[in-house]
Amino acid sequence: MALKRRSIKDARGESALFQRRALAGFALILLGLCTLIVRYHYLQVQRHDEFALRSENNRVKPRAIPPARGLIFDRSGVLLADNVPAFRLEVVPEQVPDMKAMLSQIGEVVPLGDDDIDTFKKQLRQNRRFDSVPLKMHLTEDDIARFAINRWRFPGVDVVPYLTRRYPFGPLFAHVVGYVGRIDADDVNRLDPERYKGTSHVGRSGLERSYEDILHGTPGYELVEVNADGRTQRVLETHPPIPGKNLYLSIDLRVQKATTDAFAGRPGSAVAIDPRNGQVLAMVSVPSFDPNLFVNGIGRADYTAYMTAEDKPLLNRALKSAYPPGSTVKPFLALGGLEYGVRRPEDTVLSTGEFCIPGQQRCYRDDTRGGDGTVNMVRAIEKSTNTYFYRLALDLGIDRLSSWMGGLGFGHKSGVDLLGEAEGILPSREWKATRSKFGWFPGETVIAGIGQGYWNVTTLQLAHATATLADRGTPYAPRLVMATANVKERPVPLANPPSGPSVIHKAANWNVINQGMEAVIYGAGGTASQAGVFKGFPYTVAGKSGTAERFSRRGNEYDTNKNTAYLATRHRAWFIAYTPTEAPRIAVAAMLEEGAWGAADAGPIVRKVMEAWIVTQGGAVPPSKTPESGVESASSAPAQPDDTPMATPADMPAGMPADPSSTASPEDGGNR
Amino acid sequence: MIDALQARLVRILRRMMTRPRIDLPLAFGLFVLAVVGLMTLYSASGGSMAMITGQAARFVMGGLLVVLISRIPPSVLRSWTPWLYAASVALLLVVAALGQVRSGSKRWLDLGVMSFQPSELLKLTMPMMVAWYLHSRQLPPRWKDIIVVGILIAIPAGLIAEQPDLGTALLVSAAGAFALFLSGMAWWKIGSLLAAVGGMVPVAWHFLHEYQRNRVRTLLDPESDPLGNGWHIIQSQIAVGSGGMFGKGWQHSTQSRLDFLPEHTTDFIFAVFSEEFGLVGVIGLMLLYAFIIGRCLWIAMEARDTYSRLLAGAIGMSFFVYVFVNGGMVAGMLPVVGVPMPLVSYGGTSAVSLLTGFGVVMSIFANRKMHD
Repeated sequence: MALKRRSIKDARGESALFQRRALAGFALILLGLCTLIVRYHYLQVQRHDEFALRSENNRVKPRAIPPARGLIFDRSGVLLADNVPAFRLEVVPEQVPDMKAMLSQIGEVVPLGDDDIDTFKKQLRQNRRFDSVPLKMHLTEDDIARFAINRWRFPGVDVVPYLTRRYPFGPLFAHVVGYVGRIDADDVNRLDPERYKGTSHVGRSGLERSYEDILHGTPGYELVEVNADGRTQRVLETHPPIPGKNLYLSIDLRVQKATTDAFAGRPGSAVAIDPRNGQVLAMVSVPSFDPNLFVNGIGRADYTAYMTAEDKPLLNRALKSAYPPGSTVKPFLALGGLEYGVRRPEDTVLSTGEFCIPGQQRCYRDDTRGGDGTVNMVRAIEKSTNTYFYRLALDLGIDRLSSWMGGLGFGHKSGVDLLGEAEGILPSREWKATRSKFGWFPGETVIAGIGQGYWNVTTLQLAHATATLADRGTPYAPRLVMATANVKERPVPLANPPSGPSVIHKAANWNVINQGMEAVIYGAGGTASQAGVFKGFPYTVAGKSGTAERFSRRGNEYDTNKNTAYLATRHRAWFIAYTPTEAPRIAVAAMLEEGAWGAADAGPIVRKVMEAWIVTQGGAVPPSKTPESGVESASSAPAQPDDTPMATPADMPAGMPADPSSTASPEDGGNR
Repeated sequence: MIDALQARLVRILRRMMTRPRIDLPLAFGLFVLAVVGLMTLYSASGGSMAMITGQAARFVMGGLLVVLISRIPPSVLRSWTPWLYAASVALLLVVAALGQVRSGSKRWLDLGVMSFQPSELLKLTMPMMVAWYLHSRQLPPRWKDIIVVGILIAIPAGLIAEQPDLGTALLVSAAGAFALFLSGMAWWKIGSLLAAVGGMVPVAWHFLHEYQRNRVRTLLDPESDPLGNGWHIIQSQIAVGSGGMFGKGWQHSTQSRLDFLPEHTTDFIFAVFSEEFGLVGVIGLMLLYAFIIGRCLWIAMEARDTYSRLLAGAIGMSFFVYVFVNGGMVAGMLPVVGVPMPLVSYGGTSAVSLLTGFGVVMSIFANRKMHD
């Protein structure tokens, strides 16, 4: 069978058949290879541009470079807010295959708090899938080392360097400089995403917040080559960011420190202002807090401690706490009496220890039992004679009283360059109408004359009013920042023209008030003189004390038991002063929440502020008691800075070319 | 002594020149391909010397195999053929019973020191078996022979497809089918058989695994799932397309270097080649492959008997299947199947089995027809 079959085989025919088939097969193969080449031609030539672009887009990603935040310096160039390098863990959601698993596993490598995960999840919902989201800030070196070893396990997660904020002086400037905090879900809606690309922190409080626009800067970007995991391989191109501007405060660290120390931990606040230009020389609220804790997210325990502390360390008392000013309003009221022509300096009032509104049963007491006798204006300020001011208030009437005091800034925001300022309460018919269905009673005018009743002022307002008075009536909005500077450039002073014309129309009037306030310090009956507050002080000081009754801080109910309550817990002590009286350079208001007497308790604080300030001026003694009678001329024009040898190099030109139309704030301007 | 050695060496050299056992043009073509393969691998692996030396060692081993096998006369190979075929099918059954499962498919036999895929053996024993069978038949084959050959192909191909390893099943079937084709099977029979296979496609769809179906679906519309199933196809086409006419230059494939292209040293290495050398490089490599295949077919035509002719021709033509399937897959023309670009893709088994095939071709060359 097999033999037979083989015999049939035609070897030559088979060979020829095979040759034909092999050639046909080769032709088919060439056809197949040509098909491939046509396809490759289609991809590589016809669609080359498209794929070249997609290849570039795969590989090259733009990455925002956040700008370095502007630094904050004190008046003499001491760094108050610094940027320090740190590392954080960032996640690109798009590149994480399983977010849940990643979050649970990464905790074994880098310890995560509940806070971290909550914040992360919140931001995760807000961000786009390809934007990186910070997971943990401020990694320790151990964290970084452990993550580096395990990095391969977590695609889309990386350690990224960033600049974090540090406040070297901690609590000292916490209420002024404020702090930055991590951008949260609410901020994301509020902030311009282009400007904040890659930025993790934003100003939360204080100057960090109010000067956010200036401090932030403009982000740059770089083109980086990334691999499929999104890891940066190298930088191809860099467009550097523009750093934020640096801020220079008018506060000198030493003055701020001395002011804080003067409180010795007692709750209260103090503000010092340069009357010539509104520059704030010190702003202190005691107690304070550590702003560094807030930068990378404050822990719950710390936050609860601050929130529940009885002394409310997070509250900026200078800016936000308004209390009855007590007798500190008296010099201002007296000036109003003169300006309105209701009183002449020599007009006298008999103080008998009790003042009754004519035709009414209701009577109001003097502080001194039996009264101060016959007093003129200067004596009335010196001795803080209530009866004089009861009558003055009554003679002015509430409308003129509130109009005049409003012109000095009471009841209005001072226009300081901080956010969240309290307006306080200026007693007026309008104000009462919004609160009560009863009309205005004359008795309310009477107690308004001694800074009681509806009155509420902030320390800042009182300092502002004192500075306005010191500068012979020319108001300046208080300014904490006196200059800004681009990186590596000289600081450029910020203009702060007067916020309105002088409130004093007759220069002689100022002399009377100044004389009264000097008598407070030096006169035989002066409240501060009796306490010896300014004994041996090198310059002439004009001041006024105030002691306002307060509600018990504990329980918020009025403590009526005079026998058991210490005076201190019943009184708020105020003191305002400026110096040197010939050409005032510093005006101070200090408030102690628990002070028995304004002069004895708040007065020494004011003195310490002034002393520290003198040290910063090189201790140089300004011409004391020079017979400079420039009072008449100074009243009409805004005071120009004097070029005394006291000006230090760091001292900024105070009076910029005035342009009131552009900067005068509506609250302070045009009240008269 | 030295004279004797020298004389012997001269004799060997003269013999190599006048009547070499190795076809030098084919050997040269394979050598050039190996060099191109190593260069591409160097770039695709990011300059990994471990991979280069590993691959080069395999090429050297494969080269030795070529020389060794070329010394075995085709008549001996023919007499071994049924046993070799039976043994490799038996191993496939062993794999089906006891094989190792790796990434979802059962392809491997663990031999202690190394593991190996018996399906690789079929790439050679399959065309050998078909050639052996047809050798003793009257050609062109009749329906009965075609059915027998069909069964010879279907048994191992079915076992391999079941592993599942569609790529190898395809290569093995193609190798057998090419032998049948070269034996002179009538065109109308080929046509009706292809029509029948075409009719089977909807049925076959049912037998595909879900991942295999997804590969086909993804091919039709890769952008529907750009990060999942479509990723390979999209990134590979981006690599190829961005290469343009002249390519980005050797070692300048960004798609590969930055890991956008998966499997860039193995199944998708041709995308790296296309990105770096452009259409010009692609055409050049295609010409090289065409040359190698053509040379195999030429050797087949010169062969002494039917067995040798069919075997050498089938080996040459199945080389084309590798190129076409891999090239088509990289270009997004064919679904993703595990077929390497011959002698360019990194990986031991395919390089060794391919070179073994060329050893057989060389043996057939050495025993070619005498024209004189």
